[in-house]
Amino acid sequence: MVVKEPDVVVKEPESKSIGVTEGELVQLVRNRPSRRAFLFKLGAALNVVAASLMGIPVIGFVFSSFRSKGPSESWIGLGALDSFPVGQTRLATYRNPYTRPWDGPTADIPCWVRRIEGEKFQVFAINCTHLGCPVRWFQESHLFMCPCHGGAFYEDGSHASGPPPRGLYEYQYKVERGQLLVRGGILPTLSEPL
Amino acid sequence: MLRKIALWIDERLYVSKLYASTAGHSVPANAESWFYVFGSGTLLCFIIQVVTGTCLAFVYTPSATEAYTSLEYLNYQQSLGWLLRAIHYWGSNFMVGIMILHLTQVFLFGAFKYPREMTWISGVVLLLCTLGMAFTGQVLRFDQDAYWGLGIGAAMMGRVPVVGPNLVHLMLAGPIIAGETLSRFFTLHVFIIPGTIIALVSLHLRLVLTKGINEYPVPGKRVEKETYAEEYERLIKKEGVPFFPKAISKDLVFSGLVTLGILGCALYFGPEGPHGVPDPTQINTVPKPDFFFLWLYAVLALLPDYLETILILTVPVIAIGFLFALPFISGTGEKSARRRPVAVLSVIVIFLALGTFNYLGTYAPWSPKMSAWSGEATPFKYVKGRSPLELRGALVFQSKQCRNCHSLDGSGGLRGPALDGVATRLTSDQLVRQVIQGGGNMPAYGKNLSPAEVDAIVAFMQTLHEPNDSPARDTTAPENSGDKGKETATVRR
Repeated sequence: MVVKEPDVVVKEPESKSIGVTEGELVQLVRNRPSRRAFLFKLGAALNVVAASLMGIPVIGFVFSSFRSKGPSESWIGLGALDSFPVGQTRLATYRNPYTRPWDGPTADIPCWVRRIEGEKFQVFAINCTHLGCPVRWFQESHLFMCPCHGGAFYEDGSHASGPPPRGLYEYQYKVERGQLLVRGGILPTLSEPL
Repeated sequence: MLRKIALWIDERLYVSKLYASTAGHSVPANAESWFYVFGSGTLLCFIIQVVTGTCLAFVYTPSATEAYTSLEYLNYQQSLGWLLRAIHYWGSNFMVGIMILHLTQVFLFGAFKYPREMTWISGVVLLLCTLGMAFTGQVLRFDQDAYWGLGIGAAMMGRVPVVGPNLVHLMLAGPIIAGETLSRFFTLHVFIIPGTIIALVSLHLRLVLTKGINEYPVPGKRVEKETYAEEYERLIKKEGVPFFPKAISKDLVFSGLVTLGILGCALYFGPEGPHGVPDPTQINTVPKPDFFFLWLYAVLALLPDYLETILILTVPVIAIGFLFALPFISGTGEKSARRRPVAVLSVIVIFLALGTFNYLGTYAPWSPKMSAWSGEATPFKYVKGRSPLELRGALVFQSKQCRNCHSLDGSGGLRGPALDGVATRLTSDQLVRQVIQGGGNMPAYGKNLSPAEVDAIVAFMQTLHEPNDSPARDTTAPENSGDKGKETATVRR
């Protein structure tokens, strides 16, 4: 093994001029910083730096949800107070406050509005607190029922039966100039209710 | 002359050397078995999926505005678009099905044991990728099921402590399901996961070549790390056959059948969906996953609620972790299923459980039947010859939507118990209490029924028993409740 390598090395003029025996020569050449070794290290280091610099924006782009978010919620009008009769629960829809032009029908979000009396409301998210399916209101039995796993809620949104771990998500609301407004824009989940 | 050309090509392209090291590699003669056809079957399905998927991508538009329209266009306008969609859908069903058979076979034949640990592990990742393809593919069929399916995914992510909201945003590409969500799932389904699958299949196949295909296990022949490699080499030398053209024949037959099966199903059943515009304001929908996830849909309905979050978060980690750890837990020893009762029993239990849950998922007895109260009449035999009060009760029973959860004579919801013989189980006092206070997973109707309505409904329910069955009695006051029951029975006669 060792016998073969010196053949190549000895051809280099510098090595010859030093004039050492074969065994030592191999040692010597190996330990000396060659241009090739330097370039290898330089190239590797350069690539690590370049790849990191390019990787930062890529990773930042993909995982942007872990960085500070811009505003996603805002106040949105649901309609005039008159459109919600006292003592009743009605379906209302609003348009997402922050939409892209290609959102299509997904930009419209439904919610249940219960007018208790006067300006006292409860506005529930459509999503069941179990796994997010759309709950339906049944006026006759005064229950919200979920079609997915059988969750049911009373008219005030509290849990009635089935697997949901809590009552319906409730939007913050306010009444301004005869209009009902809610604060919407996110899909409510257990860890991020409205 | 032809020979010369052939030799020239071979010399330049190394065809014969490539053949010797890949398709022509030797496999144990006993591996030429019908049990060994599922791996190539899964790969074939993947190739069919890539080809048909590429075709669909010519037309499909991954934009929330246009996706649904482009699917309808594929179904009805694009020449043969419906068939390509159908093949892609059935190809995915076959791929998941055959992959599960492959997994089961490999498990039962002990193929995950030394020295094929990495073959197994790459296979587990491929399993996860394939399920990922199934879920993302279902989302690309951008309809109501896709929309609410995403909602379910987000609701599960939202249960993760601390980083839950971040994960939801990561999955949905924003705080809510919208256009960017679809783009994200398109990228996953078309670039990221298939790319990973191609890379992993290469590794998987390379390992099959370098570590050899698992020999047909013989009961009593144990895998020992010291001797296995030598024994396997001896086996190959003694009775090895080239994979191509010898051992491949059964794979070929199976592949042909799979292709015909996919094509046959596609032609007969046609494409799946899209069902309903993905417009969340259309809330009268019953979202349901495709069959690969029906069992999960059932499990989530049936888990006790206090265990749910814990199980959703830990069971997948434990199950997947176990699959990864398997070759290290049981890397040597018996391979034959005949000597591994626990393995056989686990397979039977898992298949029975998944099968049962999937079956339950097809008719979802836990969901109220939303239209039963208005769509399914009270059976005639339960109103014939009843008193006015009882008839009034039947009316209240119907109009207060009790039927959505309770069936009468086999029609109505299955959420609560069928009430056909309720009078033999509950006394009138118990019925009143149950209606007013609820309990046992029934909402309380106290606030929603007038005392008169409660009286009527209870009177009606006391008539619900077979003519000769005696009504329920209160053991602490046998006479009172017994009298009341008799009274009703008399009135009826």
